[in-house]
Amino acid sequence: MSAHLPILIVVVPLVAALVVPLLGRRTPGVAHAVTLAALIFALVASGLVLARVVVDGVWRYQLGGWAPPWGIEYVVDPLSGGMMVLVSFLALAASTYAWSYLLATDPGRIGLFDSLYLLLVTGLLGIVATGDLFNLYVFLEISAIAAYALLAMGGDRATVATFRYLLIGTVGSSCYLLGTGYFYALTGTLNMADLTERLSGVGESPAMAVGIGLIVVGLAIKAAVFPFHGWQPDVYTYAPPPVTGFVAAAMTKVSAYAIFRVLYFVLGGTPVAASALVFLGGVGVLAILAGSWLALAQTDIRRMLAYSSVGQMGYIVLGFSIGSPIALVGALFHVLNHAVMKSCLFLVAGGVRWRTGFSSVASFVGMGRRMPLSMLAFAVAAVSMVGLPPTVGFFSKWYLLLGAFEARAWPGVAALVVSSGLSAVYFFRVLERTFVVSDDRLVATESRELPAGMLGPVLVLAAAGLLLGLFQQPLITHVIQRALPATVS
Amino acid sequence: MDLASRPLAAVLVSLLAVVLLPLFDRRPTVRETITFTAAALKLALVASMLPAVLAGQVIEGATLPLVAGLSLHLRVDAFGLLFALTASSLWLLTSVYSLGYLRATASTHQTSYYVSFAACLSATVGIAFAANLLTFFVCYEVLTLATYPLVVHARTPEALGAGRRYLVYTLGAGQVLLVAIVWAQSIAPGAEFTPGGFLAGRASTATLGILFALFIAGCGVKAAIMPLHGWLPAAMVAPTPVSALLHAVAVVKAGAFGVVRIVGYVFGVDTLRATGADIALMLIAAATILVASVRALGEDNLKRRLAYSTIGQLSYIVLGAAVGSVAALTGAMFHFAGHGFMKIAMFFSAGALHTEAHRDGVRGLDGLGRQMPMTMTAFALGACGLAGVPLLAGFIAKWNLGVGALEAGHVVLVGVLVTSGLFNVAYFFPIIYDAFFKAPSGQVREAGWPMVFPLGVTGAAALCLGVAPDLGFHFFTLARLAAESIVAGGGVPQ
Repeated sequence: MSAHLPILIVVVPLVAALVVPLLGRRTPGVAHAVTLAALIFALVASGLVLARVVVDGVWRYQLGGWAPPWGIEYVVDPLSGGMMVLVSFLALAASTYAWSYLLATDPGRIGLFDSLYLLLVTGLLGIVATGDLFNLYVFLEISAIAAYALLAMGGDRATVATFRYLLIGTVGSSCYLLGTGYFYALTGTLNMADLTERLSGVGESPAMAVGIGLIVVGLAIKAAVFPFHGWQPDVYTYAPPPVTGFVAAAMTKVSAYAIFRVLYFVLGGTPVAASALVFLGGVGVLAILAGSWLALAQTDIRRMLAYSSVGQMGYIVLGFSIGSPIALVGALFHVLNHAVMKSCLFLVAGGVRWRTGFSSVASFVGMGRRMPLSMLAFAVAAVSMVGLPPTVGFFSKWYLLLGAFEARAWPGVAALVVSSGLSAVYFFRVLERTFVVSDDRLVATESRELPAGMLGPVLVLAAAGLLLGLFQQPLITHVIQRALPATVS
Repeated sequence: MDLASRPLAAVLVSLLAVVLLPLFDRRPTVRETITFTAAALKLALVASMLPAVLAGQVIEGATLPLVAGLSLHLRVDAFGLLFALTASSLWLLTSVYSLGYLRATASTHQTSYYVSFAACLSATVGIAFAANLLTFFVCYEVLTLATYPLVVHARTPEALGAGRRYLVYTLGAGQVLLVAIVWAQSIAPGAEFTPGGFLAGRASTATLGILFALFIAGCGVKAAIMPLHGWLPAAMVAPTPVSALLHAVAVVKAGAFGVVRIVGYVFGVDTLRATGADIALMLIAAATILVASVRALGEDNLKRRLAYSTIGQLSYIVLGAAVGSVAALTGAMFHFAGHGFMKIAMFFSAGALHTEAHRDGVRGLDGLGRQMPMTMTAFALGACGLAGVPLLAGFIAKWNLGVGALEAGHVVLVGVLVTSGLFNVAYFFPIIYDAFFKAPSGQVREAGWPMVFPLGVTGAAALCLGVAPDLGFHFFTLARLAAESIVAGGGVPQ
């Protein structure tokens, strides 16, 4: 069985997704237990696969025994293995959180929710695992459709926001599909490794430039990279908290992964990839500044976090664009940092809204007393977002800054510094209200701390934010540095 | 415990208190016991490294490797130990003092107070023992974060305003410092603090000049070099023990410590002379000393007057670093301990005046010298010391600074030191005169022993360190050792 782990990681959540709605009607507890079991399996299996590829190198798995380039191939290298572990870890954390939330708000739909949730996870794990450009599109759509349904569960405004996301997201995936079509026409193959090989014989052509442009723009829409982020703030604001906590953390990161995979592995070293990276560098700097600036102007905490994500995605693509080993380590480390911390922030923000009905920044006054542990986790994650030591966010920013410095990318340096300052302002504005400003009316109010099932994941994520930074060395040397393309390192 | 694990243990012991304290939110006795135990253990651990360092050893502590040749690394040299000893011995005294002060003022949020205090001390000792710029920066920023809750402790709008101002200044400076450190890292990858500096000849003079300016702007905020000092007088809204330890010892000294580390262990005095930055730094320091003296004269609030005095005194240290001769560096480094003990004695006195006599101003202290003899004597000893009266701790620093300035041919600086001493007399002596030579106006008694004991000890220390600068923790020898290693250069193997 262990020989089939790469496909099982995708198939087990998929099968569970089909079983769960049947169980959910009568026994929601069993349905959720199956969901959690599938996610735990995905996490453990991802860990095992990662451990193997770190030791033995790339693991190529041929679906149904069909040899590539005719059959579909799954390729797990340290990059995709690391992403699988990250995605399944986040999925498990948010799904654990979801149980208490759903039980209290909407117990009748647990089966449906879990089914869609597992489909979303299947899609994201598939994107990461596959070594085939078209198969990637299929998983992109699976995850997107599941996400549309989940995000729309947040009520009327969520439905409108999600419909807009559906329209824009479909444009994005269509762009990606068209781009893939161009490459298929040029080379006659969809297998990534095969494509790389055949492209060297094709040479430079306008078709290639159009193809890569479409792919990059399509994925940038999916990753909510400025200026393609228009769908994102509304969606994150109105979606149910357990969904935002996972989607905001994992989905955009997986799209960023796809950009990295295409530009550095599939098309690594080609002039068109280089121009795409230059474009992304400019976009990244703008994203960092615009995201932080817009976050500053928000009064709703969820919207503030959403715009903060726009800025943080800028950090990541800026790192991709600089492209030196240290900058790429920074970018990938920042993927990890932002995924874990933003998940924590959204889960707490959603929890606060659920327990108190508040979501505006102004309403966080005295929250440090009413939900002490949740807000402590929020504070750790916020400090990491600002990039202050000793959290993981400081170290990822350190590597990005070092990379930008060595590459003499002064706009990048300036953007990183300015954005740190701006995010300090908008996060400390919240923290000041939470912990410092006192309101006598609140002294009498009872504790509104989250139930253990929701608090647990939040605290685990926050602890990860504290520990991953200080004890980063094994992670970076064994996984992230090996995840870099051979052309770079 | 072997020598190599002690630096880390010294940092972590107060961090352990940070974890334990919140568990005893409703049990003040347990909370205070934890604080004292941690403070005492910390001092014992730090002091236990003294013999080895005095014997000329540099203690290599724990290393936490990161990637690209970077690491978080602790190392104890004479200069670091000097700072750590000052901070941890004063933490113990301040803990005793806090006990009395917080009870006397019936303060709320005491748990958060003790937690933040312990976190600050961990960060401070981390700064002292940091072996490279990255470690220094990590602890430096943790110190910023841990101090914020103490500045806003009163939870009044005024305190919130001071807290915001504090964050804007320190976090802003932190980003500047970060850029400078990243830049230095790209010039000299993985370099660690080296007596005599490691940047010499690695970049053009112009580059080094700009880099130095960034470093000084980054550290200058905490060191309250004018015009970057605006947060310090505002932060005096914090409770007096906070002002005492953090705004006379830990935070501001961390900034001054950074300046000396950068001058002596990153750039090297000779490299700075080549860029001409030493003269610029001297000018800024001298201007800060003089302007702060004038401003202190104009402040009627006692703590704010002390704050401006601190701003001036810190620039003595900066000045000594800029001059860069053995005598000047010795004076500057000794001033870490000397100014620490003197200024904290004065802050302790100011706190006792606040809780017992309910006086916050510099006027209306008539006759208190008779009613609160310990308090006002400690205050007077601190004030005379800062003015540079011989046989007190401040004189040692000033004398060495003066000698160093003369050796280096900067006669004007001696004039600055003398003028500053006269200003000290002008803004402190009227207070002492009122207290001791005017008739008392009401009934006031000495504060309780938890407040009187620390202020007595620190006041006595101001005297003892002036008579025998090597008494106890050998501060003078440590300063001398460190200064000589900087001037000799290359004292530590890489």
